[in-house]
Amino acid sequence: MVAAALTDNAVEIAPGVHWVGALDPHLRSFDIILKTANGTSYNAYVVRGENGVAIIDTVKENFADDFFRRLESVARYDEITTIVLNHLEPDHSGALPELLKRAPQARVYLSSRAQMMLKALLKPSGEKPPEYIPVTTDDEVDLGGRTLRFLHTPYLHWPDTQCTYLVEDGLLFTGDIFGCHFCDNRLFNDQVGDFRFSFEYYYAHIMRPFRQYVLDAIALIEPLEINLIAPAHGPILRHAPRDYVHRYRELATPRLFNEARSEKTLVVFYISAYGNTRRMAEALAAGAESIGGVRVSLYDLEGGESGIFTDLIEEADGLAFGSPTINADAVKPIWDVLSSLTTVNVKGKLGAAFGSYGWSGEAVRLIEDRLRGLKLRVPVEGLRIKLVPDASELEACRDLGEQLARHLTGRVEHRDISMAALA
Amino acid sequence: MPKAKVTFQDIGVSVTVPAGTRLIEVSEKVGAGITYGCREGECCTCLTKIVSGGEFLAPPSILEDQVLKDNMAPRGHRLACQAQIIGGEIVVKPA
Repeated sequence: MVAAALTDNAVEIAPGVHWVGALDPHLRSFDIILKTANGTSYNAYVVRGENGVAIIDTVKENFADDFFRRLESVARYDEITTIVLNHLEPDHSGALPELLKRAPQARVYLSSRAQMMLKALLKPSGEKPPEYIPVTTDDEVDLGGRTLRFLHTPYLHWPDTQCTYLVEDGLLFTGDIFGCHFCDNRLFNDQVGDFRFSFEYYYAHIMRPFRQYVLDAIALIEPLEINLIAPAHGPILRHAPRDYVHRYRELATPRLFNEARSEKTLVVFYISAYGNTRRMAEALAAGAESIGGVRVSLYDLEGGESGIFTDLIEEADGLAFGSPTINADAVKPIWDVLSSLTTVNVKGKLGAAFGSYGWSGEAVRLIEDRLRGLKLRVPVEGLRIKLVPDASELEACRDLGEQLARHLTGRVEHRDISMAALA
Repeated sequence: MPKAKVTFQDIGVSVTVPAGTRLIEVSEKVGAGITYGCREGECCTCLTKIVSGGEFLAPPSILEDQVLKDNMAPRGHRLACQAQIIGGEIVVKPA
Protein backbone atom coordinates (compact mmCIF):
# COMPACT_ATOMS: atom_id res chain seq x y z
CA MET A 1 0.00 0.00 0.00
CA VAL A 2 1.26 3.46 -0.78
CA ALA A 3 0.49 7.10 0.08
CA ALA A 4 -1.00 8.44 3.27
CA ALA A 5 -3.30 6.35 5.42
CA LEU A 6 -6.87 6.27 4.22
CA THR A 7 -9.33 8.27 6.24
CA ASP A 8 -11.66 6.37 8.55
CA ASN A 9 -14.57 7.91 6.71
CA ALA A 10 -16.44 6.47 3.77
CA VAL A 11 -15.22 7.46 0.30
CA GLU A 12 -17.75 8.79 -2.20
CA ILE A 13 -17.56 6.93 -5.51
CA ALA A 14 -20.64 8.61 -7.05
CA PRO A 15 -23.22 11.05 -5.66
CA GLY A 16 -24.88 9.28 -2.71
CA VAL A 17 -22.82 6.12 -3.21
CA HIS A 18 -19.91 5.38 -0.87
CA TRP A 19 -17.14 2.84 -0.46
CA VAL A 20 -17.17 1.51 3.11
CA GLY A 21 -14.71 -1.34 2.70
CA ALA A 22 -11.44 -2.21 4.37
CA LEU A 23 -7.80 -2.50 3.34
CA ASP A 24 -5.66 -5.52 4.20
CA PRO A 25 -2.18 -4.49 3.02
CA HIS A 26 -0.23 -7.19 4.87
CA LEU A 27 -2.01 -10.27 3.52
CA ARG A 28 0.45 -12.39 1.52
CA SER A 29 -1.68 -15.31 0.43
CA PHE A 30 -5.40 -15.64 -0.09
CA ASP A 31 -7.41 -18.84 0.28
CA ILE A 32 -4.03 -20.63 0.31
CA ILE A 33 -3.93 -20.74 -3.50
CA LEU A 34 -3.24 -17.10 -4.39
CA LYS A 35 -0.23 -14.92 -3.69
CA THR A 36 -1.04 -11.34 -2.72
CA ALA A 37 2.21 -9.37 -2.99
CA ASN A 38 0.74 -6.11 -1.73
CA GLY A 39 -2.31 -7.37 0.11
CA THR A 40 -5.94 -6.97 -0.84
CA SER A 41 -9.04 -4.95 -0.10
CA TYR A 42 -12.56 -5.97 0.85
CA ASN A 43 -14.91 -3.57 -0.87
CA ALA A 44 -18.38 -2.85 0.46
CA TYR A 45 -20.69 -0.07 -0.61
CA VAL A 46 -23.54 2.11 0.64
CA VAL A 47 -26.22 3.41 -1.74
CA ARG A 48 -28.56 6.10 -0.49
CA GLY A 49 -32.05 6.48 -1.96
CA GLU A 50 -34.94 8.75 -0.98
CA ASN A 51 -36.66 5.96 0.93
CA GLY A 52 -33.79 4.06 2.38
CA VAL A 53 -30.19 2.95 2.37
CA ALA A 54 -28.76 -0.19 0.82
CA ILE A 55 -25.57 -1.93 1.90
CA ILE A 56 -23.88 -3.98 -0.79
CA ASP A 57 -21.68 -6.73 0.67
CA THR A 58 -19.59 -6.47 3.84
CA VAL A 59 -15.97 -7.33 4.71
CA LYS A 60 -13.88 -10.06 6.31
CA GLU A 61 -14.72 -10.45 9.99
CA ASN A 62 -11.36 -9.13 11.31
CA PHE A 63 -11.98 -5.89 9.45
CA ALA A 64 -15.55 -5.34 10.66
CA ASP A 65 -14.53 -2.34 12.80
CA ASP A 66 -13.21 -0.48 9.74
CA PHE A 67 -16.41 -1.29 7.85
CA PHE A 68 -18.76 -0.12 10.61
CA ARG A 69 -16.74 3.03 11.25
CA ARG A 70 -16.96 4.02 7.60
CA LEU A 71 -20.61 3.00 7.36
CA GLU A 72 -21.49 5.13 10.38
CA SER A 73 -19.88 8.15 8.71
CA VAL A 74 -22.57 8.15 6.00
CA ALA A 75 -25.66 6.33 7.34
CA ARG A 76 -27.56 5.44 10.52
CA TYR A 77 -28.40 1.80 11.11
CA ASP A 78 -32.13 2.53 11.29
CA GLU A 79 -31.98 3.94 7.75
CA ILE A 80 -30.82 0.65 6.29
CA THR A 81 -33.70 -0.98 4.44
CA THR A 82 -31.73 -3.27 2.15
CA ILE A 83 -28.70 -5.54 2.36
CA VAL A 84 -27.50 -7.02 -0.92
CA LEU A 85 -25.25 -10.07 -0.80
CA ASN A 86 -23.54 -10.48 -4.15
CA HIS A 87 -21.29 -13.24 -2.79
CA LEU A 88 -21.31 -14.98 0.58
CA GLU A 89 -17.71 -16.10 0.88
CA PRO A 90 -16.49 -15.13 4.38
CA ASP A 91 -14.26 -12.31 3.13
CA HIS A 92 -17.45 -10.52 2.04
CA SER A 93 -19.91 -11.76 4.64
CA GLY A 94 -17.72 -11.65 7.76
CA ALA A 95 -19.39 -8.54 9.15
CA LEU A 96 -22.88 -9.67 8.14
CA PRO A 97 -24.00 -11.26 11.45
CA GLU A 98 -23.13 -8.03 13.32
CA LEU A 99 -24.72 -5.86 10.63
CA LEU A 100 -27.94 -7.86 10.94
CA LYS A 101 -27.94 -7.23 14.68
CA ARG A 102 -27.47 -3.50 14.19
CA ALA A 103 -30.01 -3.21 11.35
CA PRO A 104 -32.55 -5.96 12.10
CA GLN A 105 -35.22 -4.27 9.98
CA ALA A 106 -33.21 -4.66 6.77
CA ARG A 107 -34.32 -7.09 4.09
CA VAL A 108 -31.59 -9.24 2.59
CA TYR A 109 -31.49 -9.76 -1.17
CA LEU A 110 -29.45 -12.67 -2.48
CA SER A 111 -29.44 -15.31 -5.19
CA SER A 112 -31.44 -18.49 -4.85
CA ARG A 113 -28.27 -20.55 -4.44
CA ALA A 114 -27.11 -18.28 -1.61
CA GLN A 115 -29.97 -19.15 0.72
CA MET A 116 -28.46 -22.33 2.13
CA MET A 117 -25.11 -20.60 2.50
CA LEU A 118 -26.67 -17.75 4.44
CA LYS A 119 -28.20 -20.22 6.90
CA ALA A 120 -24.86 -22.02 7.26
CA LEU A 121 -23.00 -18.74 7.84
CA LEU A 122 -25.39 -17.57 10.54
CA LYS A 123 -25.39 -20.93 12.36
CA PRO A 124 -22.75 -20.04 14.99
CA SER A 125 -24.49 -16.79 15.95
CA GLY A 126 -27.62 -18.75 16.90
CA GLU A 127 -29.62 -15.88 15.45
CA LYS A 128 -32.79 -16.49 13.53
CA PRO A 129 -32.07 -15.87 9.81
CA PRO A 130 -33.23 -12.41 8.70
CA GLU A 131 -35.99 -11.80 6.21
CA TYR A 132 -34.35 -12.70 2.92
CA ILE A 133 -35.58 -12.56 -0.62
CA PRO A 134 -34.06 -14.68 -3.40
CA VAL A 135 -33.69 -12.64 -6.58
CA THR A 136 -32.70 -13.26 -10.16
CA THR A 137 -32.06 -11.31 -13.38
CA ASP A 138 -34.24 -8.21 -13.74
CA ASP A 139 -35.66 -8.34 -10.20
CA GLU A 140 -35.50 -4.86 -8.72
CA VAL A 141 -35.48 -3.03 -5.40
CA ASP A 142 -36.72 0.56 -5.32
CA LEU A 143 -34.73 2.71 -2.88
CA GLY A 144 -36.70 5.84 -3.80
CA GLY A 145 -35.44 7.56 -6.95
CA ARG A 146 -32.84 4.83 -7.29
CA THR A 147 -33.25 1.28 -8.43
CA LEU A 148 -31.11 -1.76 -7.75
CA ARG A 149 -31.51 -4.36 -10.48
CA PHE A 150 -30.05 -7.84 -10.09
CA LEU A 151 -28.19 -9.99 -12.60
CA HIS A 152 -28.05 -13.75 -12.10
CA THR A 153 -24.35 -14.50 -12.68
CA PRO A 154 -23.64 -17.80 -10.90
CA TYR A 155 -20.24 -19.50 -10.47
CA LEU A 156 -18.17 -16.35 -10.46
CA HIS A 157 -16.64 -18.09 -8.57
CA TRP A 158 -19.18 -19.74 -6.26
CA PRO A 159 -22.69 -20.96 -7.08
CA ASP A 160 -24.22 -18.04 -5.17
CA THR A 161 -22.69 -15.09 -7.02
CA GLN A 162 -24.71 -12.29 -8.56
CA CYS A 163 -24.18 -8.71 -9.75
CA THR A 164 -26.23 -5.66 -8.81
CA TYR A 165 -26.79 -2.72 -11.14
CA LEU A 166 -27.70 0.75 -9.93
CA VAL A 167 -29.87 1.65 -12.88
CA GLU A 168 -30.07 5.45 -12.80
CA ASP A 169 -26.32 5.90 -12.25
CA GLY A 170 -24.95 3.10 -14.43
CA LEU A 171 -22.99 1.62 -11.51
CA LEU A 172 -22.34 -2.11 -11.50
CA PHE A 173 -21.51 -3.90 -8.23
CA THR A 174 -19.95 -7.12 -9.38
CA GLY A 175 -18.75 -9.12 -6.40
CA ASP A 176 -15.53 -10.93 -7.28
CA ILE A 177 -15.76 -10.61 -11.06
CA PHE A 178 -13.56 -7.74 -12.33
CA GLY A 179 -11.88 -7.71 -8.92
CA CYS A 180 -8.29 -8.43 -7.94
CA HIS A 181 -6.10 -8.72 -4.90
CA PHE A 182 -4.42 -5.35 -4.97
CA CYS A 183 -4.31 -3.00 -2.01
CA ASP A 184 -3.96 0.70 -2.67
CA ASN A 185 -5.62 3.39 -0.61
CA ARG A 186 -6.09 5.59 -3.67
CA LEU A 187 -8.97 3.18 -4.48
CA PHE A 188 -9.71 4.20 -8.08
CA ASN A 189 -8.17 2.58 -11.14
CA ASP A 190 -7.04 5.91 -12.58
CA GLN A 191 -5.08 6.72 -9.39
CA VAL A 192 -3.67 3.46 -8.01
CA GLY A 193 -0.38 1.79 -8.97
CA ASP A 194 -0.05 -0.69 -11.82
CA PHE A 195 -2.53 -3.45 -11.02
CA ARG A 196 -2.81 -5.04 -14.46
CA PHE A 197 -0.87 -8.12 -13.42
CA SER A 198 -3.10 -8.58 -10.36
CA PHE A 199 -6.24 -8.25 -12.50
CA GLU A 200 -5.14 -10.99 -14.89
CA TYR A 201 -3.64 -13.18 -12.14
CA TYR A 202 -6.97 -13.04 -10.34
CA TYR A 203 -8.85 -14.08 -13.46
CA ALA A 204 -6.40 -16.93 -14.09
CA HIS A 205 -6.73 -18.39 -10.61
CA ILE A 206 -10.28 -17.56 -9.60
CA MET A 207 -12.44 -17.17 -12.69
CA ARG A 208 -10.76 -19.34 -15.31
CA PRO A 209 -12.33 -22.64 -14.19
CA PHE A 210 -15.71 -21.01 -14.79
CA ARG A 211 -15.03 -19.39 -18.14
CA GLN A 212 -18.34 -20.41 -19.69
CA TYR A 213 -20.11 -18.73 -16.77
CA VAL A 214 -17.87 -15.69 -17.30
CA LEU A 215 -19.04 -15.49 -20.90
CA ASP A 216 -22.68 -15.91 -19.83
CA ALA A 217 -22.28 -13.08 -17.32
CA ILE A 218 -20.58 -10.83 -19.85
CA ALA A 219 -23.50 -11.37 -22.23
CA LEU A 220 -25.76 -9.90 -19.50
CA ILE A 221 -23.34 -7.09 -18.65
CA GLU A 222 -22.30 -5.87 -22.11
CA PRO A 223 -25.66 -4.31 -23.05
CA LEU A 224 -25.69 -2.19 -19.88
CA GLU A 225 -24.74 1.48 -19.78
CA ILE A 226 -21.78 1.32 -17.39
CA ASN A 227 -20.17 4.38 -15.82
CA LEU A 228 -18.32 2.55 -13.06
CA ILE A 229 -17.63 -1.01 -11.96
CA ALA A 230 -17.42 -1.55 -8.21
CA PRO A 231 -15.90 -4.98 -7.55
CA ALA A 232 -15.54 -6.64 -4.15
CA HIS A 233 -11.70 -6.62 -4.24
CA GLY A 234 -9.15 -4.20 -5.64
CA PRO A 235 -9.47 -0.92 -7.51
CA ILE A 236 -12.84 0.63 -8.33
CA LEU A 237 -13.00 0.83 -12.11
CA ARG A 238 -14.27 4.30 -12.97
CA HIS A 239 -11.97 5.02 -15.91
CA ALA A 240 -12.89 3.07 -19.05
CA PRO A 241 -14.84 0.39 -17.16
CA ARG A 242 -15.93 -1.24 -20.39
CA ASP A 243 -12.28 -2.04 -21.20
CA TYR A 244 -12.25 -4.44 -18.25
CA VAL A 245 -15.40 -6.16 -19.48
CA HIS A 246 -13.80 -6.48 -22.89
CA ARG A 247 -10.61 -7.88 -21.35
CA TYR A 248 -12.63 -10.51 -19.49
CA ARG A 249 -14.22 -11.58 -22.76
CA GLU A 250 -10.74 -11.93 -24.27
CA LEU A 251 -9.44 -13.89 -21.28
CA ALA A 252 -12.38 -16.29 -21.38
CA THR A 253 -12.00 -16.96 -25.10
CA PRO A 254 -9.40 -19.37 -26.52
CA ARG A 255 -6.41 -17.44 -27.81
CA LEU A 256 -6.00 -19.02 -31.23
CA PHE A 257 -8.55 -20.30 -33.69
CA ASN A 258 -9.04 -24.00 -33.04
CA GLU A 259 -8.12 -25.74 -36.29
CA ALA A 260 -9.85 -28.92 -35.07
CA ARG A 261 -13.07 -27.13 -34.24
CA SER A 262 -15.28 -29.46 -36.26
CA GLU A 263 -13.63 -32.55 -34.74
CA LYS A 264 -13.31 -33.95 -31.25
CA THR A 265 -9.84 -33.67 -29.76
CA LEU A 266 -7.89 -36.25 -27.80
CA VAL A 267 -4.59 -35.35 -26.14
CA VAL A 268 -2.35 -38.27 -25.20
CA PHE A 269 0.23 -37.47 -22.52
CA TYR A 270 2.90 -39.96 -21.61
CA ILE A 271 6.20 -40.32 -19.88
CA SER A 272 8.44 -43.30 -20.41
CA ALA A 273 11.61 -44.64 -18.77
CA TYR A 274 12.55 -47.28 -21.36
CA GLY A 275 10.29 -46.42 -24.29
CA ASN A 276 7.60 -49.01 -23.48
CA THR A 277 4.92 -46.57 -22.31
CA ARG A 278 5.88 -44.36 -25.27
CA ARG A 279 5.21 -47.22 -27.70
CA MET A 280 1.86 -47.77 -26.01
CA ALA A 281 1.04 -44.06 -26.37
CA GLU A 282 1.94 -44.07 -30.07
CA ALA A 283 -0.21 -47.12 -30.74
CA LEU A 284 -3.13 -45.66 -28.77
CA ALA A 285 -2.84 -42.38 -30.68
CA ALA A 286 -2.75 -44.20 -34.02
CA GLY A 287 -5.82 -46.21 -33.06
CA ALA A 288 -7.77 -43.10 -32.08
CA GLU A 289 -6.69 -41.26 -35.22
CA SER A 290 -7.94 -44.15 -37.39
CA ILE A 291 -11.48 -43.37 -36.31
CA GLY A 292 -12.71 -40.40 -38.28
CA GLY A 293 -13.71 -37.21 -36.51
CA VAL A 294 -11.03 -37.21 -33.82
CA ARG A 295 -7.91 -35.03 -33.87
CA VAL A 296 -5.17 -36.60 -31.73
CA SER A 297 -2.16 -34.82 -30.18
CA LEU A 298 0.72 -36.69 -28.57
CA TYR A 299 2.89 -35.13 -25.87
CA ASP A 300 5.83 -36.41 -23.87
CA LEU A 301 5.53 -34.87 -20.39
CA GLU A 302 9.29 -34.82 -20.10
CA GLY A 303 9.43 -32.12 -22.76
CA GLY A 304 7.07 -29.54 -21.27
CA GLU A 305 5.75 -27.78 -18.20
CA SER A 306 2.54 -28.11 -16.25
CA GLY A 307 1.29 -24.63 -17.20
CA ILE A 308 1.44 -25.33 -20.93
CA PHE A 309 -0.19 -28.71 -20.49
CA THR A 310 -2.96 -27.10 -18.46
CA ASP A 311 -3.78 -24.90 -21.46
CA LEU A 312 -3.93 -27.97 -23.71
CA ILE A 313 -6.09 -29.87 -21.26
CA GLU A 314 -8.57 -27.01 -20.95
CA GLU A 315 -9.23 -27.15 -24.68
CA ALA A 316 -9.29 -30.94 -25.16
CA ASP A 317 -12.37 -33.15 -25.27
CA GLY A 318 -10.50 -36.27 -24.17
CA LEU A 319 -7.31 -36.98 -22.24
CA ALA A 320 -5.22 -40.11 -21.96
CA PHE A 321 -2.32 -40.36 -19.52
CA GLY A 322 0.43 -42.94 -19.78
CA SER A 323 2.84 -43.62 -16.95
CA PRO A 324 5.17 -46.41 -15.92
CA THR A 325 4.86 -47.64 -12.35
CA ILE A 326 7.84 -46.81 -10.19
CA ASN A 327 7.78 -47.84 -6.54
CA ALA A 328 4.06 -48.64 -6.75
CA ASP A 329 3.07 -45.20 -8.01
CA ALA A 330 2.67 -43.16 -11.18
CA VAL A 331 5.65 -40.87 -11.71
CA LYS A 332 5.87 -37.29 -10.45
CA PRO A 333 5.44 -35.45 -13.80
CA ILE A 334 2.03 -37.12 -14.11
CA TRP A 335 1.00 -35.99 -10.64
CA ASP A 336 2.40 -32.51 -11.32
CA VAL A 337 -0.04 -32.18 -14.23
CA LEU A 338 -2.94 -33.85 -12.45
CA SER A 339 -2.52 -31.58 -9.43
CA SER A 340 -2.45 -28.42 -11.55
CA LEU A 341 -5.94 -28.58 -12.96
CA THR A 342 -7.92 -26.64 -10.37
CA THR A 343 -7.63 -23.53 -12.56
CA VAL A 344 -9.44 -25.09 -15.52
CA ASN A 345 -12.73 -26.88 -15.99
CA VAL A 346 -12.23 -30.56 -16.77
CA LYS A 347 -15.61 -31.80 -15.59
CA GLY A 348 -17.16 -34.30 -17.99
CA LYS A 349 -14.13 -34.67 -20.26
CA LEU A 350 -13.24 -38.19 -21.34
CA GLY A 351 -10.30 -39.67 -19.44
CA ALA A 352 -8.18 -42.79 -19.72
CA ALA A 353 -4.92 -44.24 -18.40
CA PHE A 354 -2.32 -46.70 -19.62
CA GLY A 355 1.23 -47.72 -18.85
CA SER A 356 3.94 -50.33 -18.90
CA TYR A 357 5.18 -51.79 -15.65
CA GLY A 358 7.82 -54.22 -14.49
CA TRP A 359 6.49 -55.51 -11.23
CA SER A 360 3.14 -54.44 -9.74
CA GLY A 361 1.62 -51.81 -12.11
CA GLU A 362 -0.42 -49.62 -9.78
CA ALA A 363 -0.01 -46.41 -11.81
CA VAL A 364 -2.92 -46.96 -14.19
CA ARG A 365 -5.53 -47.49 -11.49
CA LEU A 366 -4.19 -44.58 -9.44
CA ILE A 367 -4.42 -42.26 -12.45
CA GLU A 368 -7.95 -43.46 -13.19
CA ASP A 369 -8.99 -42.72 -9.61
CA ARG A 370 -7.54 -39.23 -9.87
CA LEU A 371 -9.32 -38.62 -13.18
CA ARG A 372 -12.64 -39.64 -11.61
CA GLY A 373 -11.86 -37.40 -8.65
CA LEU A 374 -11.41 -34.52 -11.08
CA LYS A 375 -14.89 -35.35 -12.43
CA LEU A 376 -13.74 -36.76 -15.74
CA ARG A 377 -15.66 -39.73 -17.10
CA VAL A 378 -13.60 -42.89 -17.47
CA PRO A 379 -15.73 -45.25 -19.55
CA VAL A 380 -12.96 -47.53 -20.82
CA GLU A 381 -10.82 -49.55 -18.47
CA GLY A 382 -7.14 -48.58 -18.68
CA LEU A 383 -4.43 -50.77 -20.09
CA ARG A 384 -1.47 -52.19 -18.13
CA ILE A 385 1.25 -54.04 -20.01
CA LYS A 386 4.11 -55.85 -18.38
CA LEU A 387 7.45 -54.47 -19.62
CA VAL A 388 7.84 -54.58 -23.42
CA PRO A 389 4.59 -54.56 -25.41
CA ASP A 390 4.51 -57.21 -28.14
CA ALA A 391 2.52 -56.97 -31.36
CA SER A 392 -0.75 -58.20 -29.85
CA GLU A 393 -0.37 -55.88 -26.88
CA LEU A 394 0.26 -52.92 -29.17
CA GLU A 395 -2.90 -53.97 -30.97
CA ALA A 396 -4.70 -53.74 -27.61
CA CYS A 397 -3.35 -50.20 -27.28
CA ARG A 398 -4.69 -49.35 -30.73
CA ASP A 399 -8.02 -50.82 -29.69
CA LEU A 400 -8.06 -48.65 -26.56
CA GLY A 401 -7.48 -45.61 -28.77
CA GLU A 402 -10.29 -46.66 -31.09
CA GLN A 403 -12.66 -47.12 -28.16
CA LEU A 404 -11.81 -43.69 -26.77
CA ALA A 405 -12.39 -42.16 -30.20
CA ARG A 406 -15.78 -43.88 -30.46
CA HIS A 407 -16.76 -42.53 -27.06
CA LEU A 408 -15.69 -39.04 -28.08
CA THR A 409 -17.71 -39.18 -31.28
CA GLY A 410 -20.76 -40.89 -29.77
CA ARG A 411 -20.33 -44.01 -31.87
CA VAL A 412 -20.24 -46.60 -29.11
CA GLU A 413 -22.15 -49.80 -29.71
CA HIS A 414 -24.80 -50.46 -27.08
CA ARG A 415 -23.71 -52.93 -24.42
CA ASP A 416 -25.78 -54.93 -21.95
CA ILE A 417 -23.89 -55.97 -18.85
CA SER A 418 -24.53 -57.26 -15.39
CA MET A 419 -23.56 -55.39 -12.26
CA ALA A 420 -21.72 -58.50 -11.11
CA ALA A 421 -19.36 -58.11 -14.08
CA LEU A 422 -18.40 -54.63 -12.90
CA ALA A 423 -16.95 -55.65 -9.56
CA MET B 1 -33.31 -60.79 -5.35
CA PRO B 2 -35.45 -58.56 -7.64
CA LYS B 3 -33.52 -57.10 -10.55
CA ALA B 4 -33.74 -53.83 -12.43
CA LYS B 5 -32.15 -52.45 -15.57
CA VAL B 6 -30.59 -49.04 -15.79
CA THR B 7 -29.43 -47.58 -19.08
CA PHE B 8 -26.86 -44.80 -19.26
CA GLN B 9 -27.85 -43.13 -22.49
CA ASP B 10 -24.68 -41.06 -22.94
CA ILE B 11 -22.38 -44.09 -23.15
CA GLY B 12 -24.84 -46.64 -24.49
CA VAL B 13 -24.60 -49.10 -21.63
CA SER B 14 -27.43 -50.99 -19.89
CA VAL B 15 -26.66 -52.64 -16.58
CA THR B 16 -28.74 -55.25 -14.78
CA VAL B 17 -28.60 -54.39 -11.09
CA PRO B 18 -30.12 -55.74 -7.86
CA ALA B 19 -33.04 -53.71 -6.50
CA GLY B 20 -31.80 -51.26 -3.87
CA THR B 21 -28.73 -50.15 -5.84
CA ARG B 22 -28.09 -46.42 -5.97
CA LEU B 23 -27.29 -44.84 -9.35
CA ILE B 24 -23.89 -43.72 -8.07
CA GLU B 25 -22.84 -47.32 -7.44
CA VAL B 26 -23.30 -48.18 -11.10
CA SER B 27 -22.60 -45.02 -13.04
CA GLU B 28 -19.02 -44.62 -11.84
CA LYS B 29 -18.19 -48.24 -12.57
CA VAL B 30 -19.38 -48.00 -16.16
CA GLY B 31 -17.77 -44.58 -16.68
CA ALA B 32 -20.99 -42.71 -17.43
CA GLY B 33 -20.76 -38.94 -17.73
CA ILE B 34 -22.50 -38.28 -14.41
CA THR B 35 -19.94 -36.57 -12.17
CA TYR B 36 -19.87 -36.40 -8.39
CA GLY B 37 -18.91 -33.85 -5.79
CA CYS B 38 -19.90 -34.29 -2.15
CA ARG B 39 -21.59 -37.69 -2.69
CA GLU B 40 -23.91 -36.84 0.19
CA GLY B 41 -26.80 -35.13 -1.57
CA GLU B 42 -25.75 -31.57 -0.84
CA CYS B 43 -23.79 -30.08 -3.75
CA CYS B 44 -26.03 -31.07 -6.69
CA THR B 45 -23.01 -31.90 -8.89
CA CYS B 46 -24.52 -35.28 -9.80
CA LEU B 47 -27.80 -33.87 -11.09
CA THR B 48 -29.11 -36.46 -13.55
CA LYS B 49 -31.91 -36.39 -16.09
CA ILE B 50 -34.25 -39.34 -15.73
CA VAL B 51 -35.22 -39.92 -19.36
CA SER B 52 -37.75 -42.64 -18.47
CA GLY B 53 -38.67 -44.95 -15.63
CA GLY B 54 -38.58 -42.33 -12.87
CA GLU B 55 -41.32 -44.28 -11.11
CA PHE B 56 -38.81 -47.09 -10.57
CA LEU B 57 -36.67 -44.90 -8.33
CA ALA B 58 -37.44 -44.55 -4.61
CA PRO B 59 -38.98 -41.09 -3.99
CA PRO B 60 -36.52 -38.33 -3.05
CA SER B 61 -35.87 -37.72 0.65
CA ILE B 62 -36.75 -34.34 2.17
CA LEU B 63 -33.08 -33.35 1.89
CA GLU B 64 -32.83 -34.33 -1.79
CA ASP B 65 -36.08 -32.53 -2.53
CA GLN B 66 -34.77 -29.37 -0.91
CA VAL B 67 -31.45 -29.52 -2.76
CA LEU B 68 -33.25 -30.03 -6.09
CA LYS B 69 -35.46 -27.05 -5.31
CA ASP B 70 -32.57 -24.83 -4.19
CA ASN B 71 -30.74 -25.57 -7.39
CA MET B 72 -33.76 -24.99 -9.58
CA ALA B 73 -33.54 -28.51 -11.00
CA PRO B 74 -36.08 -29.09 -13.80
CA ARG B 75 -38.75 -31.77 -13.40
CA GLY B 76 -37.58 -35.30 -14.00
CA HIS B 77 -34.15 -34.76 -12.48
CA ARG B 78 -32.61 -36.55 -9.51
CA LEU B 79 -29.35 -36.66 -7.60
CA ALA B 80 -27.52 -39.79 -8.71
CA CYS B 81 -25.81 -40.13 -5.33
CA GLN B 82 -29.21 -40.40 -3.65
CA ALA B 83 -31.55 -42.04 -6.16
CA GLN B 84 -32.18 -45.67 -5.34
CA ILE B 85 -33.33 -48.13 -8.00
CA ILE B 86 -36.27 -50.25 -6.89
CA GLY B 87 -37.05 -52.24 -10.06
CA GLY B 88 -38.15 -51.95 -13.68
CA GLU B 89 -36.25 -50.22 -16.46
CA ILE B 90 -34.75 -46.78 -16.07
CA VAL B 91 -32.97 -44.61 -18.63
CA VAL B 92 -30.73 -41.77 -17.43
CA LYS B 93 -28.23 -39.26 -18.78
CA PRO B 94 -26.14 -36.43 -17.29
CA ALA B 95 -28.17 -33.24 -16.77
